[in-house]
Amino acid sequence: MIPVCRLEDLPMGESVRIDTTPPIAVFNADGELYAVDDTCTHQDASLSEGWLEGCLVECPLHAASFDLRTGKPTCLPARRPVRTHRVSVEDGVVHVHLTMEEGTAA
Amino acid sequence: MRTVTVVGASLSGVYAARELRAQGFDGRLVIVGEEPHRPYDRPPLSKDFLTGKADEEDLALADAEETAGLDAEWLLGVRARGLDARGRTVLLGDGRTVSTDGVVIATGASARRLPGDALMGVHTLRTLDDARVLRDELADGPRHVVVIGGGFIGAETASSCTALGHDVTVVEAASLPLVPQLGPEMAAVCATLHRRGGAALVTGTGVARLHGRAGGVTGVELSDGRVLPADTVIVGIGATPNTGWTAGSTLRLHDGVLCDDGCVTGLPQVVAVGDVARVGGRRVEHWTSATEQPRVAVRNLLAGRTVESVRSVPYFWSDQYGARIQFAGRRHDGDTVRLTEGALSEDGPAEGGFLAVYERDGRTTAVLSVDRPRPFTRARRALMRAASEVQPTVP
Repeated sequence: MIPVCRLEDLPMGESVRIDTTPPIAVFNADGELYAVDDTCTHQDASLSEGWLEGCLVECPLHAASFDLRTGKPTCLPARRPVRTHRVSVEDGVVHVHLTMEEGTAA
Repeated sequence: MRTVTVVGASLSGVYAARELRAQGFDGRLVIVGEEPHRPYDRPPLSKDFLTGKADEEDLALADAEETAGLDAEWLLGVRARGLDARGRTVLLGDGRTVSTDGVVIATGASARRLPGDALMGVHTLRTLDDARVLRDELADGPRHVVVIGGGFIGAETASSCTALGHDVTVVEAASLPLVPQLGPEMAAVCATLHRRGGAALVTGTGVARLHGRAGGVTGVELSDGRVLPADTVIVGIGATPNTGWTAGSTLRLHDGVLCDDGCVTGLPQVVAVGDVARVGGRRVEHWTSATEQPRVAVRNLLAGRTVESVRSVPYFWSDQYGARIQFAGRRHDGDTVRLTEGALSEDGPAEGGFLAVYERDGRTTAVLSVDRPRPFTRARRALMRAASEVQPTVP
């Protein structure tokens, strides 16, 4: 479980990148919090810098779009999903619960 | 329409094939490609592919499942050499012909070459085969590399070569690189990236000739008489649209295949997309245009007339020396340029980059950012909104 920031520091429509390996992007999409791997699966770009619309985020480089609920791409050029991670708020602090890499012991 | 032939297994060609299926075309789909390779993405060739961070698999534009889903006949490794006057027969280089009801021209452009470039060690960088040869050569120990042309291909290739530890000089004939794209003020700012990245930049002089010995290049002689020693020369002086094969057709050519605003040529059953297409008087070689035009082109092809125009705001990006340059819009000489975020230091981008806005008569015409993707996207979106409001719809 990784503490990210205070909830009030992540207002609606905003996002924050955490420097994990690989990095993770956390979004406040109209009040719902989502976390996904930050790097676009198409080419190297940070989704936390992307364009948030509803629960879709559009990559700032080539406009690939991902559904934050599932991590799945909704249009080209991305074809592979980004991993999603669970988010919780405890004592006013946003936390990310890392989804383990496939094949990694939990 | 029973058969559609996509000529060019390129980025825009594969997007056109996808659009044909997505828009309900269930007839015979033929894709002709001059290169033997499955469609691949070119932008990484000068960057991650050259430095070894990406391999050929990473370049693929479609995986096996998607390729199967297209249900296309792939004629790869064979070039189209003709189109009949009515646009109903595509002639192939091996003598075969393809009878077709519709044609999507997606033959792209070829790297412009220099006279005398047959010497070993002289390269262009356009195709996967070009990039393979160059990558192997660059893996063979430190070299003197001269990049001719300071445009995007030149700058990105120079950046990759410095990252690989080579001694790099970029030669640009104009007083600064990228002036037509960025305007003089911002071209000057971006030119500083070369020096910061460890490459020498020589401007205001052309190339007189290449020097060689025993079939290999040894140097580049500049028009001012200087000779730069070189083991590897990369020629990045632009590209010319691949239109020659249509010479026997009735299609009009002028720096590309002439199309209306909806990518439709003089023949309603022939459309053109990507680098080869001059759409509504403009030919652009941007990746994003090649991915956006096919939707409109295919719609018009299937409708048999122009029912929709391409309404995009031109966008390109370039990664060089660790900086990400993004540009959207259409700037014109005389536009004023204003930094709206970030700052400059020693004439170059300061840490954290900047956002610059091009303006004319109080309106934003274009926007440029270095390492500021978020405000850039906002500004680009605003340009797209404005463009969709002012452009008339096709009746």
